[in-house]
Amino acid sequence: MNASRTLLLIGGTSDIGRATALCYAQAGWRVQLAARREEEARRNADDIAVRTGSEVTVHRLDVLETGQFESFIEGLPQLPDTVVCVVGELGDQQRGQTDLAHATQLLRTNFEGPALLLGSFAERFLERGSGTLVGVSSVAGDRGRGSNYLYGAAKAGFTAFLSGLRNRLAPAGLRVITVKPGFVRTQMTAGLKLPPVLTAQAEEVGRAIFAAAETGKSDVIYVRPVWRPVMMIIGSIPERIFKRLRL
Amino acid sequence: MTELSGWGRYPRHPSDVLSPSSPSAVPPFIASHTGLVSRGNGRAYGDAAIGEQVTLVTRRLDRIRAFDPATGRIRVEAGLLLADLLDVMVPKGFFPPVVPGTKFVTIGGMIASDVHGKNHHRDGGFGDHVESLTLALPDGGVAACSLTENGDLFRATIGGMGLTGTILEATLRLRPIETGWMRQQTIVASDLDAALEALRATADSTYSVAWIDCLAKGPSLGRSLIYAAEHATHREVDALRPGAKAFPPSRSGRLSVPLDLPPFALNRRSVAAFNEMYFRAGALKAGYPFLVHWNPYFFPLDGIGDWNRIYGRRGFLQYQCVVPTAHAGPALRSLLDRISHRGFASFLAVLKQMGPGHGDLSFPMEGFTLALDLPVSESVFPLLDELDRIVVEAGGRLYLAKDARQSPATFEAGYSGLPRFRDLRRAIGATGRISSRLSARLGI
Ligand SMILES: Cc1cc2nc3c(=O)[nH]c(=O)nc-3n(C[C@H](O)[C@H](O)[C@H](O)COP(=O)(O)OP(=O)(O)OC[C@H]3O[C@@H](n4cnc5c(N)ncnc54)[C@H](O)[C@@H]3O)c2cc1C
Ligand SMILES: NC(=O)c1ccc[n+]([C@@H]2O[C@H](COP(=O)([O-])OP(=O)(O)OC[C@H]3O[C@@H](n4cnc5c(N)ncnc54)[C@H](OP(=O)(O)O)[C@@H]3O)[C@@H](O)[C@H]2O)c1
Repeated sequence: MNASRTLLLIGGTSDIGRATALCYAQAGWRVQLAARREEEARRNADDIAVRTGSEVTVHRLDVLETGQFESFIEGLPQLPDTVVCVVGELGDQQRGQTDLAHATQLLRTNFEGPALLLGSFAERFLERGSGTLVGVSSVAGDRGRGSNYLYGAAKAGFTAFLSGLRNRLAPAGLRVITVKPGFVRTQMTAGLKLPPVLTAQAEEVGRAIFAAAETGKSDVIYVRPVWRPVMMIIGSIPERIFKRLRL
Repeated sequence: MTELSGWGRYPRHPSDVLSPSSPSAVPPFIASHTGLVSRGNGRAYGDAAIGEQVTLVTRRLDRIRAFDPATGRIRVEAGLLLADLLDVMVPKGFFPPVVPGTKFVTIGGMIASDVHGKNHHRDGGFGDHVESLTLALPDGGVAACSLTENGDLFRATIGGMGLTGTILEATLRLRPIETGWMRQQTIVASDLDAALEALRATADSTYSVAWIDCLAKGPSLGRSLIYAAEHATHREVDALRPGAKAFPPSRSGRLSVPLDLPPFALNRRSVAAFNEMYFRAGALKAGYPFLVHWNPYFFPLDGIGDWNRIYGRRGFLQYQCVVPTAHAGPALRSLLDRISHRGFASFLAVLKQMGPGHGDLSFPMEGFTLALDLPVSESVFPLLDELDRIVVEAGGRLYLAKDARQSPATFEAGYSGLPRFRDLRRAIGATGRISSRLSARLGI
């Protein structure tokens, strides 16, 4: 039954994207990897194809080129059953405070691009009457912090977009899933000191995404459950105290 | 700066660490650093995979790029772990042509050390099965290498200990297997002559290896168990274990050594007791063939994670030499004699037969190779110097992937290809730029 199902993974060079696509391919799905660096995405495509025997194709896409979205979607070999978007950029908060171009890039990469793209798929999925959308957002969007609020604000926007889209698509029976991975050991966090209990491996995130989208019922997932109480506590600190914390 | 060491945890040196995420990211790193060497999974025992200044870790270059089931030809990135390759390929009915005693090594590391397995007498080293590779050069370029294209560079890179550049990708041939089982036979040898004889007699087996009880002295010096094995066919599995799955999963549960053991945990008596137990258990199985899973047959120690910690914080040395066939008997006897008399505790002493070798710095040569572990202590170094003299006199040499302490003189005496290797390093601009603690110590 799964033999003919297709995943589109946007962000085909990312570590979380690689792990997620591998999970789908292991379950017999066909995989489309979209990435702005095709040659790098091809490494993952080849690897997944050899390991699983699934068909994996690569498609060029830069999420900042919103004008290309329609032709990108038209150019896919088939309209996917599930779209997972893992595109994101942590960037440099301090630089973004004075460098508007960098700040704009963070806002667009983490919010505008992914949101508009998933929005375009939503219209097609509604028309077809089926399809699942997964957006990888972040706990950083749950509350703005001095150390990364450009990234966080964009992720907050993305989270709100996904929530609104879910609300709109639910009556049609279409699912929208928000993933908040917590800390993950990937190239994004290479060199950062991360607390082990709160830090997942990319493979864990991949499995969690597949489970949530294809077998589970949750709408919003935290990959490691400890993050839920952690974020509840962070969310409940009154602003007059929060603003004085060094976070 | 990070403190790095090899599997023996001796010596330790500080180094900067680079971790490129893709083969395309490697050449710019090489072009912009000096005193750099690549590092796979750090399973070389000594200082081979520690850069003089910078160490380039290849573990993120771990993709399989292509596989053709019709020919067994596979193209992989150099940082792929052998363990990963086995997980993917064994269930498809393919096995690597040569494997070392641990699966936690990278393909690049296996090429750079021209790794030998229990089948060297029949199938040669890992390098003999590499059809081509791509190499990132000291000047920031990338060269495609095979026997027919950049042949000198290709030959020097096999066994070249990372000193010609960084291997990015390699294409090699896997061998087809019918099942994931090994048909093993154990032979008991009561002394060294019997062991050498048994290894010669089992030379038509694909795999054979002798485990020597290093503490046995006098008439039982060299007492051994010889394990010979073949990949089992369907018919053999049906006969020896009816109903067994052709490709049983490998058990992943791993014991691990929780803490560094204090130095007194490994003394002569505890090792003697271990050896006695091991020898009896093995001898019980002698005679008739039986089936074992490929994983424990090839990688018995991998079942115990971090076993290198049993030797404590000071670390340990592995001594591995090869001596040519003509002088093997007497040389091995004096080596074992010295070792057993000093009573240095050794868990592992392995004796293997080797076929002819080639390559400038590649270790194998026709003869017998002996390998054993020794904890680091002041008194171990003079003993090993003594062993070196025996090896050199017999026309043998030491394995660079295990070495942490041999002298430049011992090294030069053993490797006649060294001048040619140095010339090639000069020609490609590697001298002084691509260098490890090992190459600096030995003047390569
Ligand atoms: C328990 C155990 C058993 C072993 N048994 C055997 C055995 O039976 N036979 C045998 O031959 N060896 C054996 N070895 C040694 C081991 O196979 C080699 O040291 C091997 O090179 C380790 O691979 P690695 O990926 O960990 O490489 P590292 O230890 O990281 O590096 C080893 C060498 O390879 C070079 N290198 C690594 N990657 C690259 C690359 N991409 N390009 C260029 N150079 C590179 C390094 O510079 C270094 O000189 C054993 C080791 C252990 C720990
Ligand atoms: N790692 C963590 O701790 C963590 C925590 C919470 C959330 N997340 C989120 O998880 C997702 C995946 O992150 P990761 O950790 O796997 O990091 P990653 O490897 O850096 O992945 C980011 C991906 O986004 C792609 N990308 C960036 N800008 C793009 C653009 N304009 N067009 C197309 N693709 C673009 C990158 O492509 P290139 O390779 O071409 O740059 C890369 O594939 C991100 O959304 C991240 O915010 C990560």
